[in-house]
Amino acid sequence: MTNQETPTISMHAESADGGDAFAIDVRDMTKRFGERTAVDHVSLKVRAGEICGFLGPNGSGKTTFIRMLCGLLRADEGSGKCLGYDVIEESEEIKLRVGYMTQRFSFWEDLSIEENLDFVARMYALPNRREIVRQSLDRLGLTSRKDQVAGELSGGWKQRLALAACLIHRPQLMLLDEPTAGVDPKARREFWEEIHRLAAEGMTFLIATHYMDEAERCHRLAFISYGKLLTEGTVEDVIAEARLTTWVVDGPELPKLAEQLRNRAGVEQAVAFGNELHVSGSDEPALEAAIAPYRKEPYRWRRVEPGLEDVFIHLMNRSEDNFS
Amino acid sequence: MNGRWNFSLKRFWAIAVKEFIQMRRDRLTFGIMVGIPLLQLVFFGYAINSDPKHLPAAIVLADNGPQGRTLLYAIENSGYFEFVREIRTEAEARRALARGQVQFIVNIPENFSRDLLRGQTPAILVEADATDPAATSNAIGALRTVINSALEKDIKGPVDYLAADAPPVELRVHALYNPEAITQYNIVPGLMGVVLTMTMIVITGLAITRESERGTMENLLSMPTRPLEVMIGKIVPYILVGYVQVGLILLAAKLLFEVPMAGSLALLLAVTLVFVAANLAVGLTFSTIAENQLQAVQMSFFFFLPSLLLSGFMFPFRGMPDWAQILGEALPLTHFLRIVRGILLKGNGLADIAPEIWPMALFTAVALAIGVKRFHRTLD
Ligand SMILES: Nc1ncnc2c1ncn2[C@@H]1O[C@H](COP(=O)(O)OP(=O)(O)O)[C@@H](O)[C@H]1O
Ligand SMILES: [Mg+2]
Repeated sequence: MTNQETPTISMHAESADGGDAFAIDVRDMTKRFGERTAVDHVSLKVRAGEICGFLGPNGSGKTTFIRMLCGLLRADEGSGKCLGYDVIEESEEIKLRVGYMTQRFSFWEDLSIEENLDFVARMYALPNRREIVRQSLDRLGLTSRKDQVAGELSGGWKQRLALAACLIHRPQLMLLDEPTAGVDPKARREFWEEIHRLAAEGMTFLIATHYMDEAERCHRLAFISYGKLLTEGTVEDVIAEARLTTWVVDGPELPKLAEQLRNRAGVEQAVAFGNELHVSGSDEPALEAAIAPYRKEPYRWRRVEPGLEDVFIHLMNRSEDNFS
Repeated sequence: MNGRWNFSLKRFWAIAVKEFIQMRRDRLTFGIMVGIPLLQLVFFGYAINSDPKHLPAAIVLADNGPQGRTLLYAIENSGYFEFVREIRTEAEARRALARGQVQFIVNIPENFSRDLLRGQTPAILVEADATDPAATSNAIGALRTVINSALEKDIKGPVDYLAADAPPVELRVHALYNPEAITQYNIVPGLMGVVLTMTMIVITGLAITRESERGTMENLLSMPTRPLEVMIGKIVPYILVGYVQVGLILLAAKLLFEVPMAGSLALLLAVTLVFVAANLAVGLTFSTIAENQLQAVQMSFFFFLPSLLLSGFMFPFRGMPDWAQILGEALPLTHFLRIVRGILLKGNGLADIAPEIWPMALFTAVALAIGVKRFHRTLD
C-alpha cells in the first residue's frame, strides 16, 4: 500500500526535498504528436501556496502541459520535480498528491454527487471515508443535492462537484484546466474566493484560463503560445516586460478608423473595447507619429497603461509572426 | 401543409455525403462490415456440414473369424465411421465415449463368425454418444444397409440359404446419454455457453470504451490506479451477472425442458467460472482496442459468430473440415459445450472434463495478458 497517512495541506514543506519551496519546478518539458510539437521546451517554476495563471490561446498546449505534469502523458523531453518528486519517474507519487480538474467534465454522469465523491475517496484509500465525503459535501454546499445524478447538473454545479472531488484527498497541488468555462459570473466569483482561501492555507494552483479578469486574480502568470512559453511573472512584470504603449480613442465610426490605423507603421494592434478603441505598439515614437494625423475632432485620445488584454493580444500576434 | 413530406435533393445529398465521410473515417467498422459477410460465407459455405462423416469409433472385437473383420472393413468404408482405436474392455470403451474421444463403440461379440455361418443371427452392439442427435443419426441410419450388403457376399455359396430370410445379423444400437434423441437435451445446456459468450463479451467490451468515450478515463487515469485493478474491478461485477444467467438457464432446463442433470452441479458452477473469465477477458481486450462503444459491439459480434458456428453448438463439430475444427478448438465455447453436456447428460466428473478445462484457462490467460498490455496508463 502506498502512503496511508492523510496527506495534509501543510505537508508540502516536508515532501519537497531540501526545503526548496517550489511545488512545480520543471525544465524543457516537450511533447510531440507526430509532426506537431504541442509543448516545446517549456520550463516553469511555481512556489508552494502560489496561484499561477496559465494563459494561452486554444491549442497552445496548456492541457498537454498539465497532463504531462500529472503523468497522464509521457513527456518526450524534459525533467524536473513536481512536489519534490521526479516528474517523469515518480508519477504514481505525484498522482497521490495532485488534484487534476479536467477541461471537460469527467466525473461519472450516471453516479450521484455523493457516489462520485465516495468513489474518489475510495480510490485514494482515504481513512474515515464517510466523514470526509460528508465534510466535502458540506464545504462546497452540495449536501442538499447529494443524491442528484451528476449528468443532470448545470455547468456551475458540475464544476463545484469536480472541484470537491479533486480536493477530497487534500492534494498539495491543484491543476485546473479551464475550470470556469461555461460557469456564470456569480459562481465564478465564489469559485475564485474558494481558490484564494485554499491558497492561503498553502495549496498551490496552476490554473489554465482564457479570462483576463481571472488572470488578474492570480499571483503569477505564464503565457504559452504554439507550445512555447512567451512570458512569465506577476501581472505587473508581464505588463512591464511587454513595453507596450497604449492609446485609447473614442469617437464616431471606430471600425473604419481601426481599419485605417492598422495599416500604418507603428500600430501593432487596434482593438475595440466597448465604445473605445485601444491602439497599441511597442515603439512609442512610431506609434505617436502614426496616430498624429487623427488626433483631432471628432476623436478624443488619451494615453493609458496597457492592460493585460492588450499585452496578451500583443503577445499572440507576435508569436504568430514568429511561427510563420 | 406541415412540410413533413417536402424533400430537398440537395439536403438529402448533403446528409448522404456526410454519412459516407464518417463511414470512411471509421476504419474498423468498415472492416467489420466487409468481414462479417466474408466470415459467414466461409463458415456456412465450407465449414458447416450437417452430414458429418469419419466419426471416430472404437472397436471391441472379441471374434477372430474373417466375417468380423469383413464387417468392420465395410462399416469403415461407408465413410461415416473411422476406427481410431481397438479397445479390450467395455469399461474402457465407455470412458472413451464419455470423454468424447470416440463417438461410437462397435462390439463384435465372441464367436460372431461361427454363429453367422451357423445361421444363429449373432448380434452386433453399437453404442453411440447421442448427446447431439444430429451428429449421429445419419451414421446410424447408414449402418444397417452397410452390414447387410457386406455380409451378402460372405454368406453366398454354401450358406446361400441364409440370405434369403431375415437379416443374418441382429444390429442393436444403444443411443447413450440421450436415448430418445431429444434435441433440447443438447441445445439447452449449450445455450448456457452461448448466452454467456454473447452477454459477457458485449458488456465488458463496453466497459472501458465507455470510459474513454465519455471522457471519464482521463479522470480515472489521473488517480492512483493500476491496469490490473481497473481490469479485475471491471470484470468481477459481471461474473455475478454471468452466474445469475447460468442459474436462470439451469432452472429453465430443469423445469421447462426436463433436461437430465446426471453430474455434479457444483462442478459445473465451478468450471463455469473459467469460461466466464475467458469471455470477460476477451471483452476487456476488445474494449482496449475499440475506439468507441459501437466498435466494441461489432468486435464482440465478430467473435461471437465463429463461436456460434464452429463450437459445435449449431452444427456437429465433427462434421467440419480439419481447419475449422482447429479454429473451433481454440474457442472457449467449444470446450465449455463439451463440459456442460458432459456433466449434465453423461454425468462426467472432474477427471473426464479436465482436458477441456486447460484450453479455456490458457485462452483466458492469453486474452488477459493482451488486454493488460494494451491498457494504456497514459492518454498517449
Ligand atoms: N492526443 C493528441 N493527439 C494529437 N494531437 C493532440 C493531442 N492532444 C492535443 N493535441 C494537439 O496539441 C496541441 C495542443 O493542444 P492542447 O494542449 O489541448 O491545447 P490547449 O489546452 O492550450 O487548448 C493542439 O494543436 C492539439 O491539436
Ligand atoms: Mg485545453
